[in-house]
Amino acid sequence: MTLLTEKDFGTPPAQSTKLVTLEIDGHTVTVPEGTSIMRAAMELGTQIPKLCATDMVKPFGSCRLCIVEIEGRKGTPASCTTPVAEGIKVKTQSDRLLQLRRGVMELYISDHPLDCLTCASNGDCELQDMAGAVGLREVRYGFEGKNHIAARNTDSSVNASYKPKDTTNPYFTFDPAKCIVCLRCVRACEEVQGTFALTVDGRGFDGQIAAGMDEGFLASECVSCGACVQACPTATLMENTVIARGQPEHTVLTTCAYCGVGCSFKAEMRGDEVIRMVPWKDGGANEGHSCVKGRFAWGYASHKDRITTPMIRERITDPWREVTWDEAIAHAASRFKAIQAKYGKGAIGGITSSRCTNEEVFAVQKMVRAAFGVNNVDTCARVCHSPTGYGLSKTFGTSAGTQNFKSVDKADVIMVVGASPTDGHPVFASRLKKRIRQGARLIVIDPRATGMVRSPHVEAVHHLALLPGTNVAVINALAHVILTEGLENKAFIAERCDTAEFARWADFISDPRHAPEAVQDITRVPAAELRAAARLYATAGNGAIYYGLGVTEHSQGTTMVMGLANLAMLTGNIGREGVGVNPLRGQNNVQGSCDMGSFPHELSGYRHISDPSVRGLFERDWNVTLDSDPGLRIPNMLAAAVDGSFKGLFVQGEDIAQSDPNTQHVTAGLAAMDCVVVQDLFLNETAAYAHVFLPGTSFLEKDGTFTNAERRINRVRPVMAPKTGKHEWQAVAELASAMGYAMAYSSAAEIMDEIARLTPGFARVSFKMLDERGSVQWPCNDAAPDGTPIMHVKGFVRGKGRFMLTDYVATPERATGRFPLILTTGRTLTQYNVGAQTRRTGNVAWHPEDILEIHPHDAELRGISEGQLVSLSSRVGQTTLRAHITEGIPVGVVYTTFHHPVTGANVITTDYSDWATNCPEYKVTAVQVGLTNAASDWQNQWTEHRAASTRREARRQ
Amino acid sequence: MTAAFETETETLTRMANQIAGFFSAYGEAEAAAETATHINAYWESRMRRGLLAHVAAGGVGLSPIVLAAAVKINRPA
Ligand code: SF4
Ligand code: SF4
Ligand code: SF4
Ligand code: FES
Repeated sequence: MTLLTEKDFGTPPAQSTKLVTLEIDGHTVTVPEGTSIMRAAMELGTQIPKLCATDMVKPFGSCRLCIVEIEGRKGTPASCTTPVAEGIKVKTQSDRLLQLRRGVMELYISDHPLDCLTCASNGDCELQDMAGAVGLREVRYGFEGKNHIAARNTDSSVNASYKPKDTTNPYFTFDPAKCIVCLRCVRACEEVQGTFALTVDGRGFDGQIAAGMDEGFLASECVSCGACVQACPTATLMENTVIARGQPEHTVLTTCAYCGVGCSFKAEMRGDEVIRMVPWKDGGANEGHSCVKGRFAWGYASHKDRITTPMIRERITDPWREVTWDEAIAHAASRFKAIQAKYGKGAIGGITSSRCTNEEVFAVQKMVRAAFGVNNVDTCARVCHSPTGYGLSKTFGTSAGTQNFKSVDKADVIMVVGASPTDGHPVFASRLKKRIRQGARLIVIDPRATGMVRSPHVEAVHHLALLPGTNVAVINALAHVILTEGLENKAFIAERCDTAEFARWADFISDPRHAPEAVQDITRVPAAELRAAARLYATAGNGAIYYGLGVTEHSQGTTMVMGLANLAMLTGNIGREGVGVNPLRGQNNVQGSCDMGSFPHELSGYRHISDPSVRGLFERDWNVTLDSDPGLRIPNMLAAAVDGSFKGLFVQGEDIAQSDPNTQHVTAGLAAMDCVVVQDLFLNETAAYAHVFLPGTSFLEKDGTFTNAERRINRVRPVMAPKTGKHEWQAVAELASAMGYAMAYSSAAEIMDEIARLTPGFARVSFKMLDERGSVQWPCNDAAPDGTPIMHVKGFVRGKGRFMLTDYVATPERATGRFPLILTTGRTLTQYNVGAQTRRTGNVAWHPEDILEIHPHDAELRGISEGQLVSLSSRVGQTTLRAHITEGIPVGVVYTTFHHPVTGANVITTDYSDWATNCPEYKVTAVQVGLTNAASDWQNQWTEHRAASTRREARRQ
Repeated sequence: MTAAFETETETLTRMANQIAGFFSAYGEAEAAAETATHINAYWESRMRRGLLAHVAAGGVGLSPIVLAAAVKINRPA
């Protein structure tokens, strides 16, 4: 195990296919046209000294350390900004170059503290390296003159050039005294992250880096992605963990456990302690970038609240008692068996988690089907992207996004629907913004002015700010315009789609009731704007659709997914780079948990449980008889629990008591059960209703795979042994065995082999293969041995693409006199889902509580001013939170997040759900908002119950 | 923590009507067939049993498409 140091080529790769051959120091090298001389030299293994260049960002040519000589050309050009040319002869080293470089270094060092031995960058400082590389032996200029290093001048007057450290960001420190003003940070913030938070204040010697208007990093628009820290060649921008703990000594490659982007990281370690996480350049999804969550917010894994010992209790009002693994598992098994004996087999079930690995998820669904003998297994994807699975499989034939992330680099017009990538999928948002800065046009369909609508150098051409709940009316109107104005792709439809279904659909959609003019009163989207957006999407070249939970979490979630698929087929935007229909998956392994057969009606690879040949395959492999009837979905389980026929639940790494809608219904269901087993890191909200707690492992301990939103299977590698003494899949296999079905694996790799054996799209996947290739996008089998970055290239998976009739049906959840506003919910960048992880990290610096966003007009009507406590009530519940007044939300709509349990945002949301999948309608709840000065009854009861239900018996000696 | 929840029958009625609502664009006969197929593919036996019992008891609140679909819904053992 060593520290993995990635090669820095100095400048980004050139994209040209034309090759150029040149000579560097007598060696011949051939590179794409447009490559810098610096990069070409690095291809040969020659590292030209450099300071301001790094291959994350475009060259800038300011330090002049990278100078070279070119035969027949005058002067000493900078190799980072000089492109290669056919036949040139370059010298990277000569006496003249050496002298010039030393001169440059001398100037830098004369304004840099010489505290190398005690500096956090010691051993990892490019300035130090360059001093060595150019053979710097003396610095003739003293520190007495003008400098940025000392707070006071030698005459003890105040040094106006000195700026103290900025420690406002919880994760990194900015020490201006060490800055060499190379501007790598500024460029990283602009080019890689796209936030434009950093500037240079002043010119020449007075030039200094400032965050925002010099208000410090935390208060500025900085989103703490860390790209600048990574780009900085000195200790000026430095991770606090490195300052506190020293430099790392070995690397483990792994995958972020937060969102569905699935960024690859180098976990840089000292022993079994994580020193820092650095995004991996070769990561297929992120290519060296990250966000604040993945890079910095991993401290929860060692938070004091973490439970690492199994616990049980008789009743949920009893204190928890720590027990051995064997005792906990035996207890759970005997309770489950007793329930089945008394109430029937179908009285128990399990929920898999999109935060767990494919292998862990697969183990749980196998336990439920084989050991419990039922199909009552569902995954938390039920409440986010289940409509994606249903909608895309009916139209295209697969339950997955069509593209890789990189594809967006070729998109000409991008439609972002019901998603806020800058919050939910930050690294993809950076890619998206980059493409828009290059000239692609953007259409945003969202009630809110999300971070995509207007930000530095990015602006949506059309923002269709629809009323929540009217998605389908909008998508139908878009299709109506394209078809009735003759903008459809006739050749694509004729060749690739079911023409009879198309004809029927064309009849349906051209009906004047779908015209933008006919629906604008319902949707609030002006017809002219909608028509313009439709024309743009249909005619601007490659059209790519990206969508989020603002599409799926509605009564008509599935209909809307079909509407998006219809639109892509109508315009021929499927089956090549730059186009497609792409769900942005919320949690890291939403795609994987769906792929792994954790829906009650299907086995892995989306094959229906009623199909005898599929069942037979599993029955032979598992040596068991499987039930052919679909099982209960999560909301059905809870309803059955309230009804009295469902009594036992195994919950893997999910927190349904916080994340699922109508909290009081969920908790009534949980409280009605005889045995709830929770496998998690923390005593979460659901654990308050549990009888058995099995401690789970954090991603730093897991061995397995996550599958991201682009179907990319990434390895998660343990950097330390499980703090609980057991892998989660081990505990699950032991529980299955205790229930009477022998289940045992010696490694996670063995589970993946079983998945590959039983799942056609995974046939060629193995840990060995992933370790060799880094990652692969399914399907990966004999037909596609290298995986499938883009789907439906030659034809749709289902054969011909099917246009579906997508009538708009208004949700029954409507604004009324009593509840005149519509509440819609979402996420924020720094918190993740129920917040169980991020609330236990420094990220609370940004989002310490959930806030209700309300339009100034609605606030004024109610006498609400900024920051005041307001009560938010719907027909199912009531809560209290603080108001934030903003024009980013339309009149008549309010918005909040669900990251903090005490807010209980889901106390407000209702049981209404998608017609096809029961995905809850989180995005539309009729509410009233009014001033208050007290917590709601629910919140008071929550506080009491929470304290009572998390009590633990005094630790036994 | 008290709250009034839908009864099981109300929930099933709402869900079945929603399914029928989607397929109604396909005309009554096809809609009934598709509604039944959907319920057979995704509803657990006690839900199907509950719905069929409600149909047998007169099916108050169910849409005509659901009532037409009922004959094709797999009756749980
Ligand atoms: S952390 Fe990211 S957003 Fe903040 S200044 Fe650095 S690059 Fe910009
Ligand atoms: S903070 Fe670092 S990257 Fe930015 S200008 Fe200073 S030395 Fe360069
Ligand atoms: S949270 Fe998402 S975008 Fe951020 S580092 Fe993790 S995978 Fe990447
Ligand atoms: S590295 Fe080329 S000018 Fe700085």
